[in-house]
Amino acid sequence: MMMNMVQAINSALAVEMEADGSVVVLGEDVGAVGGVFRATDGLMKRFGSERVIDTPLAESLIAGMATGMAMAGLRPVAEIQFMGFSYLALNMIISHTARMRNRSRGTYTVPMVMRMPYGAGVKALEHHSESTESMFVQIPGIKVVVPSTPREAKGLLISSIRDPDPVIFLEPTRSYRLFKEEVEEGAFTIPLGEARTVREGDDVTVVCWGAMMPLTMEAVDAAEGEGISCDVIDLRTLSPMDPDAVIRSVRRTGRVVIVQEAPMTCGLAAEIIARINKKAFLSLEAPPERVTAPDITVPLPQGENHYYISPDRIYHAIRRTASF
Amino acid sequence: MLTDDHDPLKGKMLRVLDQDANVNEDLVPSIDDDTLKRAFYTMVLSRVADEKAVAMQRQGRLGAYPPNKGQEAASLGPAMAMDEGDWFVWSFRELAGLLWRGLPLDRYFLGWMGNEEGNRYDERLRITPPSIPVASQYAYAVGLAYASRYRGESAVTFAFTGDGGTSEGDFHESLNAAGVFRLPMVFIVQNNQWAISVPRSRQTASATLAQKAVAYGIRGIQVDGNDILAMYAASKEAAEVARSGGGPTLIEAYTYRLGDHTTSDDARRYRLEAEAKEWEARDPITRTMKYLYSRGLLDDDEASDLWDEAGKAVEDAVARAEAFPRPSLEDVFKYTYEDMPPCLEEQLDELRGTEGRP
Ligand SMILES: Cc1ncc(C[n+]2csc(CCOP(=O)(O)OP(=O)(O)O)c2C)c(N)n1
Repeated sequence: MMMNMVQAINSALAVEMEADGSVVVLGEDVGAVGGVFRATDGLMKRFGSERVIDTPLAESLIAGMATGMAMAGLRPVAEIQFMGFSYLALNMIISHTARMRNRSRGTYTVPMVMRMPYGAGVKALEHHSESTESMFVQIPGIKVVVPSTPREAKGLLISSIRDPDPVIFLEPTRSYRLFKEEVEEGAFTIPLGEARTVREGDDVTVVCWGAMMPLTMEAVDAAEGEGISCDVIDLRTLSPMDPDAVIRSVRRTGRVVIVQEAPMTCGLAAEIIARINKKAFLSLEAPPERVTAPDITVPLPQGENHYYISPDRIYHAIRRTASF
Repeated sequence: MLTDDHDPLKGKMLRVLDQDANVNEDLVPSIDDDTLKRAFYTMVLSRVADEKAVAMQRQGRLGAYPPNKGQEAASLGPAMAMDEGDWFVWSFRELAGLLWRGLPLDRYFLGWMGNEEGNRYDERLRITPPSIPVASQYAYAVGLAYASRYRGESAVTFAFTGDGGTSEGDFHESLNAAGVFRLPMVFIVQNNQWAISVPRSRQTASATLAQKAVAYGIRGIQVDGNDILAMYAASKEAAEVARSGGGPTLIEAYTYRLGDHTTSDDARRYRLEAEAKEWEARDPITRTMKYLYSRGLLDDDEASDLWDEAGKAVEDAVARAEAFPRPSLEDVFKYTYEDMPPCLEEQLDELRGTEGRP
């Protein structure tokens, strides 16, 4: 069935709730209205308000409540309305969600998912365009997953719900309704911790994730028009990171561009480059490039074009790297 | 209902047993003699273990430690009101209650000695690990309670924090949500008058902490926290209300921290010794002992036997804790995720090669 990403996420939640009574959904406005992006549309009607829980407006509570539910054996899927409001839940995530397994030596585990829309490029209000995934990647004990297409979103979300560890599931707001693709109606999984090769090529490795994927493909198409063949990798699990696919590719191409929506300093691109330097140093033919946002606050919509990564910027980086 | 007769907004505190062991016969909860004696022993055991932990810290055998001295009844009363399957969500100053619940004392020492193995106990005890970020445990307690009810269990979740904890956002968010969902919960605030150096009057302008319940639409009661009978009675009633679908209760246990905040603190810097002296006269152990004497359930000989027995139990527990192996390199990696991801395996391998000198 053709689905956009919101529909695919909704479908993932529905099939998992159908199959497993311990899966519950909670958050702000997830019930009657079906979430501000409608990702939980229809779930309350179908599964009842005990399982699809409109919580009070309190992010730390939502994170803590989901943590406790998971400790008691449920599989909660919490929604934080926007990534910019997950900061109110950070203490809970860092101090308890991520550590409960280690603190209790495995007596208590936290198999929960925390979904949240992230990213700019949607002309939103302040705080609605955040891309602070590196903060989450710095937290041992949680996994961080970012889907880039509808089908990916469904398969990765189902895997996240079934995963024995807490997963922060970042949904690219810009891609929610950007395009549709064929998605299986039933349950299927896409393994966490494995990157995906989106397109094979020989000249330049291009790494991206989430909302950057469609923009990167535009740039790659343009580069290929000029005879630069790109090996495009969608990282999809940001933590724990498995850079093997990237390393293997760079050993072959010797050139790499990493596209990161977030500000530059201490972003994930830096980490990936460090790992490339360690494991593929002698294969490098050009300095690894990163295309990132500058280290500034996301501008409000009128200035956002100066900030948000364009296919052109990616294209130029690919060309620079290819001709170094 | 005790909560009806002791409205915190009217400044009424529940007390059953006073300092001189006078009892308000109308309010005495039914507790059989053996249970009462066991409760007394548990407080004694807690006190001996607590003093041992402080001494061990001074000797460098144990890390920073928050003493429980003077607050034994405040956590024990609620623990006595718990049923099997109830959740005990503690903070870090609830030793007597934990012992009643069955927490192995050697694990308790091991934890404060700096080993996560100290937090590995039988999951059937339903004791969560200690929670250091003040009041944050209230939020996951809400989730535990929600899950219990969702699965059709009759469990009640008991969650502890301190007077300082009532100023935290998580305190508010959790009581508010527990009220909204009418969850089977008992929130206990151990008001020991101090949050490190900050007095209770600096935490809130409210006359009592218990009255905060009113704004959340739940029951609240202020209880003499050094009175084991009152703490038990209030907890028992709250648990029954919760179990029968009546929603949560907030219990303010009015007590006092006789020791320093932790072994790193020096309470003389911010509070008068006269104040502590005054509270020493209200020691919950002495008070319970006088009560047992007056009931003919205990005499000097037996009491001294109990202190000896506690001393031996503590020495045994300490010996076991100190004999426990230190965590291996693998141990500190192993519990990050269920399965160790390749990138962690790699980091572990790298460290393996660098431990010790050639
Ligand atoms: C969120 C947070 N802030 C600060 C601290 C440092 N700290 C530890 S205990 C404490 C005081 C707690 O007071 P109270 O809640 O009254 O409990 P008590 O220690 O008196 O039992 C503080 C400030 C902490 N552990 N957590």
